[in-house]
Amino acid sequence: MAPHARGLTTAPAVRVRNLHRSFSKDGGVLNGLDLDIAPGEFVALIGRSGTGKSTLLRALAGLDRDVAGHGRVEVPDSVSVVFQDSRLLPWKRVLDNVMFGLHGPGAVERGRQALAEVGLAGRERAWPYQLSGGEQQRASLARSLVREPQLLLADEPFGALDALTRIRMHALLRKLCATHRPAVLLVTHDVDEAIVLADRVILLDAGVVRTDVRVDVAHRSRSDATFAELRAFLLDELGVDEESRS
Amino acid sequence: MTATVHAPAAPATTDDSRVDARVVRRRLGPGRRLRFGFWAGPLLVLAIWSIGSTTGLISPAILTAPWDVVRAFGDQWTDHDLLGNVLSSLQRAVLGLAFGIVGGTVLAVLSGLSRIGEALVDGPIQIKRSIPTLALIPLFIAWFGIGQEMKIVTIALISLVPIYVHTHNGLRGIDGRYAELAETIGIGRGEFVRHVILPGALPGFLLGMRFAVTSALLGLVVVEQYNATSGIGHMITLAEQYGQTDVIVVGLVIYGIFGYLADTAVRATGRKVLAWRRTLED
Repeated sequence: MAPHARGLTTAPAVRVRNLHRSFSKDGGVLNGLDLDIAPGEFVALIGRSGTGKSTLLRALAGLDRDVAGHGRVEVPDSVSVVFQDSRLLPWKRVLDNVMFGLHGPGAVERGRQALAEVGLAGRERAWPYQLSGGEQQRASLARSLVREPQLLLADEPFGALDALTRIRMHALLRKLCATHRPAVLLVTHDVDEAIVLADRVILLDAGVVRTDVRVDVAHRSRSDATFAELRAFLLDELGVDEESRS
Repeated sequence: MTATVHAPAAPATTDDSRVDARVVRRRLGPGRRLRFGFWAGPLLVLAIWSIGSTTGLISPAILTAPWDVVRAFGDQWTDHDLLGNVLSSLQRAVLGLAFGIVGGTVLAVLSGLSRIGEALVDGPIQIKRSIPTLALIPLFIAWFGIGQEMKIVTIALISLVPIYVHTHNGLRGIDGRYAELAETIGIGRGEFVRHVILPGALPGFLLGMRFAVTSALLGLVVVEQYNATSGIGHMITLAEQYGQTDVIVVGLVIYGIFGYLADTAVRATGRKVLAWRRTLED
């Protein structure tokens, strides 16, 4: 549980320096935040509501043009976002949604492959409304990964899914990230999800990084003792008292 | 770890396996489409009309009987080039409507997607909306003469407005999250219009089409009274001068058929191209 202190051997995929963002004059949402994410590194971002998780993600996605603030943000050329809602265009069939914005002769084949990777082979011609919530989110994951992004930003992508589907999606996301190796920033409310998925868990508080811990692959299993320890530590940092922990 | 697995109970008798016992809720939506729904309403009107004429409740002075209309239709067809009149009217309506549809859609996209476009386009269209197009006809006659141009311009302008209003409304109603998604995917304006704006505004556009078709027919009726040498309106105007009520009704019935067919076509197209929606329509 040592603070993240790895020497940067390669240039980071994401470099954020002294980032400030505020929606009103009274106070900022992000207050001088610094963050580096290495290429291929999976970072989970946790924090209570209103601590600036989504604001940071939107800043990295380039979706905060109307928000006041300053600071330095460097991200790779190829960034893809997975939203909490699948955001499939309802008037496009699933394959066309995955291929949305792709060009060239190989686009169809790449789209099919991406769908097969997320277990949706055979559903290419379906309309989005014909998919279940989990399938829709898998299609949106395929839409992101088919672009081979260097940075994948995910804003509570499993927040609206049921517990069983979530577990399956966790496994799928780990597998896909192991294959495609994008740097990942996953915003989540779920401490368990953060530990299970991420190489590094960052806890945001009052618009700055408050805690930054590495998660060793060995401790990713929920039955591991260190997992429980890490979970307790993070919940403590989040201000969840002992009694309300399940 | 042990677990007890309860296998589903095998059907007790062979008869039972054929039973289809369900709990089905009362349907609240309109349900399935009727097979001859297209004909039912118009045939009912025709039946009432026929009964009224037979029993004398509707005197011929008020409304010609259906069979007299059919006879007048035959006369017009053989002796007065009814087909030519119909085609000539159709050509005017289709040309005017085509210009109106293209113009209305282009203006709606311009004013829907750009604030400058909105500032320049929306005001004049709202002003134009509040001036009845039919009141502009004298002006158009002064500008375009009394020929075909004036007629087509009038029909185009009268059908442009509903297309503009409903397409613009549909476009602005598109969920902003789709625009955000398109931004993260990094596509250009052209692709954004093609893949997000036009399909998203399609339901609005189709509603505009339904109004536009009706407006175009209304425009047609009026412009064909001005110095036309052919067309249904021309036929009606002549019949009016000679007091041929039955011929007037022939013209009205043809307008009615035009309108009904066009509207049905628009709606059928809508059902086809909006298959991605799950609505009470299906």
